[in-house]
Amino acid sequence: MSVRIKCFASLRQRLGIGQTELAHRRGMTIGDAWRALSEEPPPENLLCARNLEYADLQQAVEDGDEIAFFPPVTGG
Amino acid sequence: MKVEIRARAFAPWEELAEHQAHLPPGSYGACAAFVGSMRDFNEGERVTAMTLEHYAGMTERQLRQLTGDAARRHGLLDALVVHRVGALQPNEPIVLVAAWSAHRAAAFAACAEIMESLKSRATFWKKESTPGGERWVEKNTPGANIE
Repeated sequence: MSVRIKCFASLRQRLGIGQTELAHRRGMTIGDAWRALSEEPPPENLLCARNLEYADLQQAVEDGDEIAFFPPVTGG
Repeated sequence: MKVEIRARAFAPWEELAEHQAHLPPGSYGACAAFVGSMRDFNEGERVTAMTLEHYAGMTERQLRQLTGDAARRHGLLDALVVHRVGALQPNEPIVLVAAWSAHRAAAFAACAEIMESLKSRATFWKKESTPGGERWVEKNTPGANIE
């Protein structure tokens, strides 16, 4: 019963977390996962993904999901 | 349609020619291409090197989706997207987008649309090395207006 968490770029460096696991709880949202990682409120420009698709903090997390947090993308 | 992420320097014009050589001769009347490469300055500072981080798995998925969407919308015959990751030196290519279609309008429009979608959705992050130290690029410069 766990959820894989990944953080990228400046957020990975600031939180000091590249990848970690959290215990899954019933009714868990992506926002709950953020609060388990950091005492800071989510940054205004925070982006998140659930199972490789863009998601938002209100979205539910299922057991076995991969959740990612990252800043605005700057490729190309 | 081909979408690839490369950890090593690539030659965009050779990639384009190689891809085009596999298209049925006479099937396309237009190819539009965009190549983005690394500058040695940004925001008034010299940039000596760059690292491109990406979210393996999600990046490929997003690139396939946004390229496929544009290809369908504009009726492309084919599309090619190649994007670098890892450690880059100034002047190295970062991205190649190419779109093939029967007529120019679709190729131009799809190439620009793929590039702008990539800039706003594909999970890459640039970190620049400057004489003052390393810094993350926080946002993209404005691009083409896509209607």
